[in-house]
Amino acid sequence: MSQSKADIIHQLQKSLLPLQGYKPAGDNTVRVPLGPVNRAFPGHTFPVGAVHEFISNSPESTAATCGFITGIASFLAAEKALCLWISARRQVFPPALLPFGLLPHQVVFIEAPAEKERIWVMEEALKCEGLAGVIAEVSELDFTASRRLQLAVEQSQVTGFIIRQQPRQLNTLASIARWHIHPAASSSYNQLPGIGFPRFTVQLDKIRNGKPGQWQLEWRHNRFAEVMPAAATGAAATPIRKIV
Amino acid sequence: MAGRYAAIWFSHLLTDCITLRNPRLQHQAFVLATPERGRQVITAASPAAEARGIRTGMVVADARAAEPALEVLEHQPEMAQERLQALGDWCIRFTPVAALDLPDGLLLDVSGCPHLWGGERAYLEEILKRLTRGGYHVKAAIADTPGAAWALSRYAATSTLVKPGKQAQALMPLPPAALRISTPLVQKLHKLGLTHTGSFMQLPRAALRRRFGQELLHMLDRALGLEMELLLPLQPPISWQERLPCPEPVNGAAAVSIAAGRLLQQLCARLAKAEAGIRCAVFKGYRSDGKVATLQINTFRPSHHAPHLLKLLQMKIPQFEPGPGIELFTLEAPETAPVFSAQEQLWGARNKQQQTHIAELLDRIAGKLGNDAIKRYLPAEHYWPERSIQPASHLWQQPQSPWPQQLQRPVRLLPQPIPIIVSAPVPDYPPMLFRYKGVVHNIVKADGPERIEQEWWLQEGEHRDYYCVEDNSGQRYWLFRSGHYTGQSLHQWYLHGYFS
Repeated sequence: MSQSKADIIHQLQKSLLPLQGYKPAGDNTVRVPLGPVNRAFPGHTFPVGAVHEFISNSPESTAATCGFITGIASFLAAEKALCLWISARRQVFPPALLPFGLLPHQVVFIEAPAEKERIWVMEEALKCEGLAGVIAEVSELDFTASRRLQLAVEQSQVTGFIIRQQPRQLNTLASIARWHIHPAASSSYNQLPGIGFPRFTVQLDKIRNGKPGQWQLEWRHNRFAEVMPAAATGAAATPIRKIV
Repeated sequence: MAGRYAAIWFSHLLTDCITLRNPRLQHQAFVLATPERGRQVITAASPAAEARGIRTGMVVADARAAEPALEVLEHQPEMAQERLQALGDWCIRFTPVAALDLPDGLLLDVSGCPHLWGGERAYLEEILKRLTRGGYHVKAAIADTPGAAWALSRYAATSTLVKPGKQAQALMPLPPAALRISTPLVQKLHKLGLTHTGSFMQLPRAALRRRFGQELLHMLDRALGLEMELLLPLQPPISWQERLPCPEPVNGAAAVSIAAGRLLQQLCARLAKAEAGIRCAVFKGYRSDGKVATLQINTFRPSHHAPHLLKLLQMKIPQFEPGPGIELFTLEAPETAPVFSAQEQLWGARNKQQQTHIAELLDRIAGKLGNDAIKRYLPAEHYWPERSIQPASHLWQQPQSPWPQQLQRPVRLLPQPIPIIVSAPVPDYPPMLFRYKGVVHNIVKADGPERIEQEWWLQEGEHRDYYCVEDNSGQRYWLFRSGHYTGQSLHQWYLHGYFS
């Protein structure tokens, strides 16, 4: 009896999701292998065709956020499609996108000093089918503007990423998820000295229809790999390496 | 089809210009003079002065004797040409090919134009009426050749039309100077009693050449249409052009938008047939006060999609100043490119439609933010970080050399390296800690140094020794030391980027 009840609830949840604007993953949906993080999402699939919000409070965490987003975008842009990176002034260094699997010349950088213009560009871009992803550095965004962005992606199924650097207040947005990405101490690979693979503390604060959580991920060999807590703590400081 | 040409002669161009600037001089006798061998020689006389017998070439003192109240102004040689140029641009509303005829005339190629004004007579009268109303003394003529039109505009009693093929009869009664030949030649002809063109037009050519040289025959042939004469248009004609004259001047934004839409549709239909697309289009409105309002749009990808191009134009219509009203709209495409089907392969967008969407999106962004706002980067073959990327010239440009694979580069690079304070143990070792914005970062792990030398052929200066460092909270930085680490010389550490 209880089994059938659980089935009913599961069925109801399934039929509720599309009503809330969530499109279940089809066969054509791009899968982003995020390891354990995927279990937090509805349907265990990274929601593409939605707007994700990333909060960063320091330049270091902005850099980590950029790396993390580039890693995700590399899966979305697998078919050589273009990405748009909208910022007030470009600080992203294109050659550094290559290690994260994204060809730097696949990214079109748009510089718009005014925040209003950046939001306009993002909305126009999100309406445009055929883009792999739209990444925008926008600090202040109100709920209405975020609703417009959400409506745009529901039509076009383009994935949007908003990087909010030191926002004045963490207001509610219509985005599907809110992330905090911090750099985490890397561990040496095969006992080699020096810095290891880029490692992130991924904190998923809000996820619509999903379960928030916190994980440690490492970008290794063009994919995200989970870092076991034991491995994270066991990484001792390696001696400083000198290259002659 | 034989061409038709109009010549307009401004008989008092210089004085008319002065009168337009100083309306009080309108009915006064005044002359322009320039010093020549210690005398003031008249270069132009107003109609009122000419009525009193004052001619160009006279000395001012003599003219003063005839007319004591004569006003003498300084001769401004460049004024006539500037004004003539402006008048030539203004004449574009009558024909696309207008040429300067220095020092005091304009030549228009009017082939195929007069029927729009209801025949040559009405066309000529319209030009004359407008110029006269503008304050100029003009005479004009239309003939089969520029030479004949020139001769008749100067030497006929009134403005005339010469029927096709009748220029020889029309030229007969005119003096030899009407053939645009040099003054010594004219004097020679007069001396021999050949006082009108008809008297030597029928003479054997060999005799004419022997006595007067090639020049006379040359100019005679040009006037009669036996030899082609090409005009040098003020504005080079553009093959992709559409015109829309308005019966009444309009100045509403809606009217401008409708005009743009109609012109775009016409032009795009033609372009589609030729499989070409617009890269750059110029929309012009000729205003009734003689000014020209222009808008320019550029596209990233050649397009003949009229609704998209109209959207680009409409974004700019608020900057369009119709002023008192616009009489003629033109749309030109100075830059077009063939629409390749091969371009569909690039970018891997799933289908052609999506690619077009992307190109149109970028056009819209460029229309709003300017072309400089959109950048795409390709690798440049330099190690120096600031020079290691170069902007791509267009959206389909692919890298000529591969991106560097093995180099460790920060995700975010500071536009300017920021000086920091470090403490480093021994030379060539990474620092133990550094202080930036009051926070001390203890360095736990480090890679480096990677020495990047200045390219002396581009810039002089110290080399940089880069280190990738990680502090105890896992944050990763790109630091460098500028210059050698010797005891005495100055060296400074900088923060140049953040790794993810």
